[in-house]
Amino acid sequence: MEKRYWKGVEELRNDAEFVRLKNNEFFEEIPVDEVLGKKAESKDATPRRDFLKFLGFGVAAASMAACEAPVRKTIPYLISPENLVPGIPNYYASTFFDGHDYASIVVKTREGRPIKVDGNELSPLTKGGANARVQASVLDLYDSERIKGPIAKGKAASWDTVNKEIKDKLASANTKQAKIRIVSSTIISPTTKKAIESFTTKYPTAKLVTYDAMSQYGIIKAHQLAFGKAALPNYSFDKADVIVSFGADFLNNWIAPIEYSRQYAQTRKLDDGKKTMSKHIQFEAALSLTGSNADNRYKLKASQTGNALLSLYNAVASKAGAATVSAGKTDADAAINSTANDLWNAKGKSLVVCGSNNANDQLIVAAINNMLGNYGATISIARHSNVRQGNDEAMAELLREMNAGEVGVVIFYNANPLYNYPDSTAFTSALNKVEVKISLSDRNDETAVKCDYICPDSHYLESWNDAEPVRNMFSLVQPTIQKLFDTKQSQELFLLWSEAAVTDYHEFLMQNWRQGFLATATGMASIPAWEKVLQEGVWNGEVTESEPAFVGNVNDAASAIAARKSGGLDIVVYEKAGIGNGRHANNPWLQELPDPVSKICWDNYFAIAPSMAKEKGLVQGNIIEVKSGNVTLKGPVLLQPGQAKDTIAVAAGYGRTNSGKAGNKVGMNAYPLLTFSEGTFNFTNSGASLNKTVEADYTLATTQSHHTMMGRAIVKETTLEEYIKDPKAGNEEEKFHSYKGKVSAKELDLWATKDHPGFDRPINAWGMSIDLNACIGCGACVVACTAENNVPVVGKEEIQRSREMHWIRIDRYYTSDMDKEKAHEQGIGKLSMYGYMEEPAENPEVVFQPVMCQHCNHAPCETVCPVAATTHSEDGLNMMAYNRCVGTRYCANNCPYKVRRFNWFKYSDNPQFDYNMNNDYGKMVLNPDVIVRSRGVMEKCSMCVQRIQYGKLEAKKAGHPVKDGAINTACAQTCPTNAITFGDYNDKSSRLVKQSSSERMYHLLEELNVQPSINYLTKVRNTTSKTNNSHKA
Amino acid sequence: MSNVESPLRPTLIEGDKTLHDITEDVCRPIESKPNKYWWMVFSVACAALLWWIICVAYTVGTGLGVWGLNKTVGWAWDITNFVWWVGIGHAGTLISAILLLFRQKWRLSINRSAEAMTIFAVICAASFIVAHMGRPWVAYWPLPFANQFGSLWVNFNSPLVWDVFAISTYFSVSLVFWYTGLIPDFAAVRDRAKTKARKFWYSALSMGWVGSAKNWQRFEEVSLVLAGISTPLVLSVHSVVSMDFATALVPGWHTTIFPPYFVAGAIFSGFAMVQTLLIITRKVLNLEEYITIYHIDMMNRIILITGSIVGCAYLTEFFIAWYSGVEFEQYAFINRATGPYWWAYWSMMTCNVISPQLMWSSKLRRNLFVTFFLSIIVNIGMWFERFVIIVTSLHRDFVPSSWTMFHPTWVEIGLFIGSIGLFFVPFLLFTRYFPVIAMSELKTILKSSGSQSKKGVQHHD
Repeated sequence: MEKRYWKGVEELRNDAEFVRLKNNEFFEEIPVDEVLGKKAESKDATPRRDFLKFLGFGVAAASMAACEAPVRKTIPYLISPENLVPGIPNYYASTFFDGHDYASIVVKTREGRPIKVDGNELSPLTKGGANARVQASVLDLYDSERIKGPIAKGKAASWDTVNKEIKDKLASANTKQAKIRIVSSTIISPTTKKAIESFTTKYPTAKLVTYDAMSQYGIIKAHQLAFGKAALPNYSFDKADVIVSFGADFLNNWIAPIEYSRQYAQTRKLDDGKKTMSKHIQFEAALSLTGSNADNRYKLKASQTGNALLSLYNAVASKAGAATVSAGKTDADAAINSTANDLWNAKGKSLVVCGSNNANDQLIVAAINNMLGNYGATISIARHSNVRQGNDEAMAELLREMNAGEVGVVIFYNANPLYNYPDSTAFTSALNKVEVKISLSDRNDETAVKCDYICPDSHYLESWNDAEPVRNMFSLVQPTIQKLFDTKQSQELFLLWSEAAVTDYHEFLMQNWRQGFLATATGMASIPAWEKVLQEGVWNGEVTESEPAFVGNVNDAASAIAARKSGGLDIVVYEKAGIGNGRHANNPWLQELPDPVSKICWDNYFAIAPSMAKEKGLVQGNIIEVKSGNVTLKGPVLLQPGQAKDTIAVAAGYGRTNSGKAGNKVGMNAYPLLTFSEGTFNFTNSGASLNKTVEADYTLATTQSHHTMMGRAIVKETTLEEYIKDPKAGNEEEKFHSYKGKVSAKELDLWATKDHPGFDRPINAWGMSIDLNACIGCGACVVACTAENNVPVVGKEEIQRSREMHWIRIDRYYTSDMDKEKAHEQGIGKLSMYGYMEEPAENPEVVFQPVMCQHCNHAPCETVCPVAATTHSEDGLNMMAYNRCVGTRYCANNCPYKVRRFNWFKYSDNPQFDYNMNNDYGKMVLNPDVIVRSRGVMEKCSMCVQRIQYGKLEAKKAGHPVKDGAINTACAQTCPTNAITFGDYNDKSSRLVKQSSSERMYHLLEELNVQPSINYLTKVRNTTSKTNNSHKA
Repeated sequence: MSNVESPLRPTLIEGDKTLHDITEDVCRPIESKPNKYWWMVFSVACAALLWWIICVAYTVGTGLGVWGLNKTVGWAWDITNFVWWVGIGHAGTLISAILLLFRQKWRLSINRSAEAMTIFAVICAASFIVAHMGRPWVAYWPLPFANQFGSLWVNFNSPLVWDVFAISTYFSVSLVFWYTGLIPDFAAVRDRAKTKARKFWYSALSMGWVGSAKNWQRFEEVSLVLAGISTPLVLSVHSVVSMDFATALVPGWHTTIFPPYFVAGAIFSGFAMVQTLLIITRKVLNLEEYITIYHIDMMNRIILITGSIVGCAYLTEFFIAWYSGVEFEQYAFINRATGPYWWAYWSMMTCNVISPQLMWSSKLRRNLFVTFFLSIIVNIGMWFERFVIIVTSLHRDFVPSSWTMFHPTWVEIGLFIGSIGLFFVPFLLFTRYFPVIAMSELKTILKSSGSQSKKGVQHHD
């Protein structure tokens, strides 16, 4: 019998139940009927409605799955860093110094990223101010052109290899007695100097050569001659009642502009009914930012500066009863005599400064100041400045040494002579004779590419350091982020190479402060004292030295000046507010910052007077060739009113070839125009010639193409004389004829204000007040706003199309020779009058006016938006809902202030706009509190709504109303002159309300009755002539 | 309708037509193949349309930055073209609605093509509204529709929202009016159809028209109702368009004269465009006996009147600018005439004010070449008028620091030329597929205004 297996006990037993189910395919019944059969149609089964729900869910789920959810790599903090709360910024005190500008700063970091740099209010020098370059420095940290690690002979290498090789080379140079030279721009850090000292001790042939691209060696040398002390004196503009400047652009680039701007503005502000202000007289060739702010500005050819100084010396000397010297004639002799009177009347309370880098010129200036008793009053040598230490003669000597083959190793630290040494060809050929060339540059700059080793320095925001900008006034630098790349602080390299006992620079710095030079200072040896300084950022000591006495020889200097020859055209090389000496040329924020005076971005040019252009048959945009000595430069012409005759002014800092993609090939390099004479490099020289080329005209990228106010009361202005008589002078209200007689615009209101709840601003009413007497037009606010509000950079081509995106702009107007009264008096018709008004005067007075969204309470933009994308907040802000904007641009058309900016393109992640928003490093600077706008939407100043919101929340948490000063906008915060005051109109004790109640207060285009939240205070000029007076030569 | 009409009234249908002749003449283009001239023009129009598509795609794909606009001049060719096309559209409605109410029988030969022109012109205009937006993909947001975007609503204060209503109402009413008129004519084509396709399509288009008395009665009623609705639109649409400017703050825009001035200008340019189109159409489609010199003359008279109104408005603006004593307003007008865009202003003055004055001469009025030439000149002038209003007002407004110039790019120029293609492609198709003359309506006046009846009357004299 066949073997039989049972499937189970049930089969063996042959259960009835088993037999019944045996033939079924499935043991348990399948509920087919329930789903598909009749039963399904009955009410108690799954109804069709449910089926549809399932179907719908299925489809939705399937389509959801089809949409690819973006995968974001979010890495949580496994161990949360101390004091770091996501969304809450941390602030660290630090210091900015790049060999040119100094500022004590506070760095704002978010989630470990520095995103904003602002001035440190605790600093007695900069007092919370910061200029454009300081503001923009945070972007340099994220520059994708920075070198990512050490380079040896053009190839990436490791630090160990590079350091070993360099140490070998240094040792062999030492044994061969070949010279080792460190070429550096000014170092103001005592601890860095100590690190270099340990290097020079280890290698006795080593020496530090300090070299500044735009040096002030002339002043240092003059003080060596005049006072026996080679020091750059410290000037106190705040103590001066009369300020006379011969071409010194002290509000912009001369020595310590942030400090000087604040001091200067302090003497110009007319708060609390003050009736006095300083008098500022400027003699200069090119119209500078400082000259634009002067009460009286006289055109003076650069080649006449020496003689003009001698004339002033003589005029003052004759009052002081001192001997005079012989002086040549100048174009400004009459003005110099009246200036001497002003100076003499303000003895000990005056200041004469000169932008020349010539030691003989500067000696005369020192002699004048000495006669006026200004040393020890407005000028201090004891508390001298450290920010320029460059020695032009030492640099010339280095060139000789290199050519003679005496130099074995040269190290470039924060110096780029192949770009900015005037005779860079000579420098290159001399450099070729040096065996080992080392660059500590952060990028492959003009000098670094010629070097054997590049040991990239860390960015200052990644570094430890200290600074002594002014004798015995210190500040500290601390890192705010882990190093982004494989870089090393140069100080650490000096320590490594000299095999110092301590090679960690942080340790070295602390030791130096706590055990070294500051150990004597009260409590500095203790950790809490050190940490307090670190937290506050600054520490100030007393100066006990006395002021040295004048021992200079004026006659020698006078005869040197008399021996100068001049002829042909003068050349003036100057620095711009943004680019400065060109070190930060690859910073697009600075490139896009319009020059305060010419309003041109992304370029330099040959500025000439309009009258000279007419003479030479030139128009703006013509390409000319300028020949000076054996240097020929080619570039576009700019017509610059206010420029002296026969003078060509050109900005240094452009024409970089190895700065990075943003800065390369922008403009031309003007450094070759600097000449070496009388022991210094001079920014001016004469004997140049120009000729027009046949090349096609060039369009300069400008943000302002109309330069006069066309007789409109846009910037209201008066003179001090008128102001003393009537504080309301120059601020006459526009009145309209009506059935009620003459009324102000406010009384002709069509708005049903009462019907709008919230219009009365129940809690806060934010606003700003701008003192036009304090604003110097420097542009720091523009960059601060760019950094705070993620304002995109659009580049030269877009600015040529008038499409800059800045939320705040500084309007600059020149006066014209024509005004309404004059037209009326002379019977000139309206048509001709407007025609004349378009032309700026030959030597115009200049006014600056920062304009941002005026946050109108009767906003014309809000009524016209079809989709209500721009609306008013209860606390008086004009708001933009970017997500709602459809981009009709109607609001911008209807904005009388033209402050609205449209996103013509997508400016982020777009290779067409290859700036910081197009790469992952650059995007790290973006403020996470502010949205990056998409294309096709309108944007504008939000009055830093994110800061207001933050401040409100903080106040709410603390349980009190927002305190005055707790919130500040980016523009107001950075302003070196505190020209902008932010506040709450509802807080009657606020600085804003106080300032707004001034009789000088007015609203821009008041007659339109748009009721702006921003107000201006009239400009007061300390002149005796009438306002808008442009008849002066 | 009455068959009695004064013999002094001019003949409206020449050539001793019978009712059957009218049907034959009007249906001929539909039932025959187009000649090579039609194909040539159609190819050019298609090429222009293609160019328009490329320019639109480029603009939408890249961003409005490909145009020449800037921070100060936010509107230029886009809105100029928009207003220009909307203005052109006005003649159609005026002819079909107002002339109907005024019982101007001469409108019957031209109303169909004028209305077609309206519809296609409004499409062109609408295309610029969408194209000028920064984010055209959300172009529907200015419509007040129920939504879940946080229940956002439109801003009823904004003239642009009024515009949306005005243009959409205008477009839909014009379309319905036009289509209603077409129904009996479509039925006529259907009844004569010899091919299956034609029979099918025209059956569908004629919506079951049988020509019964009831049909006609309802047709007449609807026509009258629609004419009633359309009439205010003639005045409202361009008034609303003008308020985009008039309610704004910009000197040169902020003017109460704008609504009537814009309406006159619109009719002016609309009739010029009708002239341009019909002078060609009547020749190409052999309709000279329907669209007679008399029609041309009548339209030229309207051009003369509206042109003079427009000229008057220009002068009034200057007077008011002076009289107001407002600095900005005065400068805006001085700048128009003597500033950097003086050439645009004087082109406008020459084309719109001086050239229509030639129409005082009846000889010139009845000259086809002169009429055709002037109709082109008028439309150039009217384009410049909008350009002058928009660009010269914006480029120098309140704060001189922001004054700029505007330079168009190839994309903007391409969009404008392309929009002419967008207009002509449907218009040319219209001339081949739709009865270009409202034949059933025209037949009603054959007995009274046809050349035969006039002769008959004269004979009895």
